[in-house]
This record gives sequence, structure tokens and C-alpha cells, in this order.
Amino acid sequence: MQDSPHPDHLLAAVAGWLRDELMPQLAVQPGLAASAYQARVAANLLDLVGRQLRLAPATDAAECQRLQVLLAANGLPPTQRPTMPQPPTDPQLPAEPPPPSAQLAPLNQALAEQLAQGRLGLDSPGLADHLWATTLAKLAVDQPGYDTYRRATAQEP
Amino acid sequence: MTQSAAAASAATATLAAAAAGEPDTPAVAPAQIAQRLSQALGGAVQGLRRLSGGASQETWAFEVDRLPGDDPATAVRRLVLRRAPPGAGQRGSDSAGLAAEARLIQLAAEAGVPVPRLVQLLQPADGLGEGFISHWLAGETLGRRLAAAHRPALARQCGAALARLHAVPMDRLPPLRHTQPQAEVAHLRAWHARHGTVRPVFQLALRWLAAHAPAAVPPRLVHGDFRNGNLMVDLASDDLLGVLDWELAHCGDPMADLGWLAVVSWCFGQPQRPVGGFGHCAELSAGYAEAGGQIDPARVHWWQVLGTLRWGVICESMGQAWLDGSEPQMEKAAIARRASETEIDLLQLLLPRRDVATPTVQPHA
Repeated sequence: MQDSPHPDHLLAAVAGWLRDELMPQLAVQPGLAASAYQARVAANLLDLVGRQLRLAPATDAAECQRLQVLLAANGLPPTQRPTMPQPPTDPQLPAEPPPPSAQLAPLNQALAEQLAQGRLGLDSPGLADHLWATTLAKLAVDQPGYDTYRRATAQEP
Repeated sequence: MTQSAAAASAATATLAAAAAGEPDTPAVAPAQIAQRLSQALGGAVQGLRRLSGGASQETWAFEVDRLPGDDPATAVRRLVLRRAPPGAGQRGSDSAGLAAEARLIQLAAEAGVPVPRLVQLLQPADGLGEGFISHWLAGETLGRRLAAAHRPALARQCGAALARLHAVPMDRLPPLRHTQPQAEVAHLRAWHARHGTVRPVFQLALRWLAAHAPAAVPPRLVHGDFRNGNLMVDLASDDLLGVLDWELAHCGDPMADLGWLAVVSWCFGQPQRPVGGFGHCAELSAGYAEAGGQIDPARVHWWQVLGTLRWGVICESMGQAWLDGSEPQMEKAAIARRASETEIDLLQLLLPRRDVATPTVQPHA
């Protein structure tokens, strides 16, 4: 077990220092406007990392489930679905599925290929909902202030 | 400077370099540049500072003492140097080249498009590489500041400027690359593939673009990067002082310029004013028509989809350049995380959700 403060808090502490301590000092130094700007970029990136750590485990799992359903529902036979190489397991332990984050890459690769080849498209059932949900989850991490994202989530319950 | 404004201007400076994929080249030291500029101009150069630069092009600002023939009341001239250093990497196919840029600025000025005025071309004997010196324009370029208010006059002037540059006779142009819709789709597909990233939304967009590509049209001059971020504006009057950054100019479908201008990222959080966040389509169209141009809305829409995807691939390319060490600036890694904004905008263009709220006036710009 690791100690506190939690990584989330450490990220917030550094971002807070950059914004509240360093940037005001740089802002009043002639010729350091560029550095003040870079400090803000740095603080924003730390916030992004924090959001990814907090949000991605749940959204990755949901995305993984949606992809499996989507690929299956659109007639992609089980033999063509991507299979993860199975790690050697102790036969006495129950089999563990690979974590969602490990499955996402080959599942997304399969979806991208289906789209590139035209086997899935705008009208494919479930595709729009899946892509929207996936993309909203990305924006929630990358840029929750982006205007299109804010308007898309304005009416979420 | 906000992250998005700086990112956009950083993107401008490195668009050609990103397409070329060329590593940085060692530059002549600023003191040497200043000294060689002084010789080239015949006046003492001071205050040389770099404004922006990608891997193969540099932009510098400086001052020089009043030159022979200047108004005696002039104390100093404020000028801009744009150059590709000697030995810079082979230009990528997307970049027009500095000599062509200089020629285009002259042609644009003759056509009545506001541009920085050319002072002189660099000669080989100047020892500064290929490039040119132009007048400094005093105005505002920051996207978020321009988008902070409704500027109908600016939108009309943008329309007029575009119509005039699209009308420059083809036989007066320097050698430029030619492109048409399907070729642009193929280029984006290949560029995205080189990054090795997996983006189902990009694949969806590429299929749509290929399936709906407009027919090839008689080529016209296209600016190639006409957007909020490359416009120099007098905030007091909302006059367009200059259209900047002609390095991506080429020959093709003029509606491509209108489509790029409409990309939501360039509205800087003010999509209720779809022209750069400062204007309405009716104002832009009126200016375009008054200057003799004709807008094809279906083609503009197609080019807006392509432009949205293009900005996403550019964001990815910044991340790629950061990853492979060719552009190690932290900001490049940050811009890579902006690719997702283009994915949501592509979805809203191709698979619009009814429940995405209509853009309204933002209380804080």
C-alpha cells in the first residue's frame, strides 16, 4: 500500500503551485511572458493527467463492453474478433480476462479497419452512440471546457 | 496568450514542417542575422527577435534606422524577416517556398488583398538563405481576442479578400502545387496512417469524404491557411490589415479556404459566430459576392469536414514529432491532446446529435 497524499492530490498540488506561485512571479518579469505561458500549459497538462487517472478506468471498461457488443452485433464472426494472447496461468487459479485497457487497442483496431473498409458506416446500428460516448469520454479528459463538448453535455442528467 | 490561440499560431508555423517531417537545422546566430540584415538593408538593425518558426521557416521582427528615401519624420522602420536558413531540409510538398510566398504577397497586394508590404527579397549574397523582408503590421492577431466580439465589418472584409485572392489570374502565379478533393483525402489518409494511431472517427470521416468528394473544378489560387489566427486586424476599426502566412498557398478549389475558415476550432469558443468566432456566414458571403465571388455551400461543407479532419491530423503530427524527438517542446505533447476536439466536431458534422445545445452568446469570451 502506498502512502498519501494520493497521486491526484499531488498533481493538484503541483498544478496549484504553478498557477498560484510561479505564474504570477513570471508575469511581472519583463521577457518572461513566454515562460508564464508555458507554465500554464504545464499546469493544464497536470490537470489532464489527473482527469485521465480518475475517469479512464470506468470509461475504458464501458468502451470495451460497447466495442465487443458493436463488433458482434454487426456480424463480425467470433473468429474474426481480435483475441488477446493469453498469459500463462496457474491452472489452480480462475482465469482472469485481460484488463479493459489492454483489450481496447485491438478492439479499436478492429473497428477502425471495419470502418476503413466500409463494412461499418454511418447507418450501422449502435455505431453513432458508441462513437459519441467514446469521444465524449475523451473530451472529458482532454478538454472538458471545449465548447462543443460543453454543449453536448449541457443537457445530460 | 491562451493555449488554443498559441497552439493555433504554433500550428501555423509548423504546418509545413509537420508535413515535411524534416528535422530542425542549426540556424545562424541572431547576432550574425542582425549583422547580415544590416548589410542587406544598408541600415543598422536593432531589437531582432524571433516571432515564430518551424523546422524549416523562421519569422523575425526587428527595427532598422530610417533608410534613404524614407519620410524624414520616420525614426525607425519596423520590419519582418521571413526566411528558410541555408541548408534547411528539403521542403515538404505542402509548402509553397519563400520565393513563391514573396511573389504571392505582391500579387495579393495588386489584387487589393490587404497584406504586409514587401520591402525586399533576400539575395544569395546576403547569406541569410531564401526569404524576404516585409513591413511590420501593427494590429491584433490573437484568435480569442478577435472572437471576443461580433465584427461584421471584418467578416465582410474577409469575404472580399478571399474573393480577390481567388480571382488572381492563374498565369501570373509562381509555380505552386495543384490539388483536388480526392487527392486531398488520399493525402490525409496516408498522413494519418504514418502516425500509427487508431481513430475510428477519423476512418469514418475519411470514408465519408471519399464518398462525397466534389468534382474537380478549374483550379484557382487558394491561400491554404485562411483562418482566425492568420488575420491581422485593427481592433479600433475592425479593419483587416493583413492576411498572413501564405506558405501553404496552392492551386485548387477556392471553397477550401471557406471550409477551413469555418472549422469550429478557429471560432475560439464562439461557434454562434461561425466565421472565426467574430462573424456570421451572411456577412462573409456578402463580402465575397460584392467582390465578384460565388460560394458553393455544398462544397464549402465538404471542405469544412476535410479541414476539421486535417486539423486533427496536424494535432496528431505534433504528438508524433514530440514522441520521436524531432520537436521536443512540451507544448507539442499538449497539442496532441487536442485531436479529440476534432473528433467531436467531426461527429457533430457527420452524425449530429439533436441534443447538442444550439450555440448561444458566451458570457465570458
